[in-house]
Amino acid sequence: MADISRADVEHLAKLAHISMSEAELEKMTGELGVIVDSVKTVQEAAGEDIPATSHPVALTNVFREDVIGHTYTAEESLANAPDAEDGRFKVPAILDEE
Amino acid sequence: MTETQTEAQPLSFEEALEKYDPVLGFEVHVELNTKSKMFSSAPNAFGDEPNTNVNEVDLGLPGTLPVVNGKAVESAIKLGLALNCSIAEYCRFARKQYFYPDLPKNWQTSQYDEPIAYDGYLDVELDDGETFRVEIERAHMEEDAGKLTHAGTSGRIQGADYSLVDYNRTGVPLIEIVTKPITGAGERAPEIARAYVTAIRDIVKGLDISDARMERGNVRCDANVSLMPKGTTDFGTRSETKNVNSTRAVEQAVHFEIRRHAGILSTGGSIIQETRHWLETSRTTSSGRPKSDADDYRYFPEPDLVPITVTQEWIERLRAELPEPPAVRRRRLREAWGYSDAEFRDVVAAGLMDQIEETVEQGASPAVARKWWMGEISRLANARDIEPAALGVEPETIVALNVLIDEGKINDKIARQVLEHHLEGEGSPAEIVQARGLEVVSDDGALTAAVEKAMAENPDVVEKVAGGKLKAIGALIGPVMKETRGQADAGKVREIVLAKLGIEG
Repeated sequence: MADISRADVEHLAKLAHISMSEAELEKMTGELGVIVDSVKTVQEAAGEDIPATSHPVALTNVFREDVIGHTYTAEESLANAPDAEDGRFKVPAILDEE
Repeated sequence: MTETQTEAQPLSFEEALEKYDPVLGFEVHVELNTKSKMFSSAPNAFGDEPNTNVNEVDLGLPGTLPVVNGKAVESAIKLGLALNCSIAEYCRFARKQYFYPDLPKNWQTSQYDEPIAYDGYLDVELDDGETFRVEIERAHMEEDAGKLTHAGTSGRIQGADYSLVDYNRTGVPLIEIVTKPITGAGERAPEIARAYVTAIRDIVKGLDISDARMERGNVRCDANVSLMPKGTTDFGTRSETKNVNSTRAVEQAVHFEIRRHAGILSTGGSIIQETRHWLETSRTTSSGRPKSDADDYRYFPEPDLVPITVTQEWIERLRAELPEPPAVRRRRLREAWGYSDAEFRDVVAAGLMDQIEETVEQGASPAVARKWWMGEISRLANARDIEPAALGVEPETIVALNVLIDEGKINDKIARQVLEHHLEGEGSPAEIVQARGLEVVSDDGALTAAVEKAMAENPDVVEKVAGGKLKAIGALIGPVMKETRGQADAGKVREIVLAKLGIEG
């Protein structure tokens, strides 16, 4: 069984801005443990001689020329916005986190 | 957010330095001046209508994929080389995850444990010519975030009803330069802070990889300050003053934070690790937010981008393109022009090095170039409340004015008037002199008549001169100038007076 504690799940929920009930926390602690265990099986297939990768294709240096392409109008940009004002996205005031 | 900062009266800077040694650290963000963004082909431009310099990648729409701007990578390598860094043979981007509406993806594409440049240094020049070495930890690539405007009664985030977001700046290429902890700065810490940020600004400008305009946020500095009691070597808790956007403000922020920390520590309080905001009006900082869970960014390698490998050939090609480093260029020009340290510093501070260099290249002497740029042009710019370089005077105009003076066609005073007319759009100096009939009166007829008139009206002066008091001639020059509307050559007036009185000049 993977080492996922209830405190881990609470922490993750907080980071993800998801509020979870006691019952949900309990359930998710078990489920996340199972998921981590499942992913762990990859380690059995890959020996120490297989380096970790972050991309399925062994490519490097895929670059774009520095040229300007298409853009949206403000109207297009805001087409899916739940709310807008003065050509800008309107969002709830959130205390500075960055 | 439960702990509150201990409050105490800041110590004086001198007292603070008697008790503590400051430790500094800087994170400087440089916005690159590429045409397009870091991961999308939308324009990297300032000042346009909100949300028009964006496409689906910048807005983080589902299913879109980023592609790295090759020019931005080259800029990062060049900056790494200019900072004497090692360039990583292999590096990747990573996701830095946080929820804040300034990035619609909910993560910032950055670099984490694999920066493109690392382990460098920068020798920064201080006001007295001394240099201080700042060790560079790393320089990594990332993207800028959008701009939030907090709406509501207060105009500030506290008490704001909602925020408005413009994503034009989202995805603008950034390079973040991180120093190692800077120790041994002592009382020069504030000055070193200013000199360091100034040096970074000059380097990125010299490399032409950024517009380097701090007032526009092209170069932004986060300044870390902590104190250790004298004689100890364990770093204290640091504060991080964010987004200080002028070199002067960086100096003042470090100065204030040293005093603030010392005030708290010397009264038995403790510093809370937090971000601080710089307040330009009071030249103090205010509490931002404490470091908390939100700093758990859960970085992982960006799966939508492939790694970057940098060959030695690529590095050498870019190294060959590097311009002369700003500090080397300054030393070379100072020696070539023969200015005093103080004179040269003033030129650098006024931002007129390029203009004077060009004026000298076009044939004026360094002394003449300095006289014009630091004198009349600076005065005119000052009167208009703009930078001298922004006045729009071309070096060739100064050279042309000086030629007219050397040829004896105009004097200094007229030349200054010609410059003003030039700024009013009346054409080249020669055209203005011609059109306004400003050429110095040196044809003997008109001048002699004016001199004779002045002598007739001032017999007492003439008597003194005739009696050997040659200095008294000065009293005749004024009336002659008036008669000729300032266009007389003073030397010539003197000659004529002496000739009339039969005195050997």
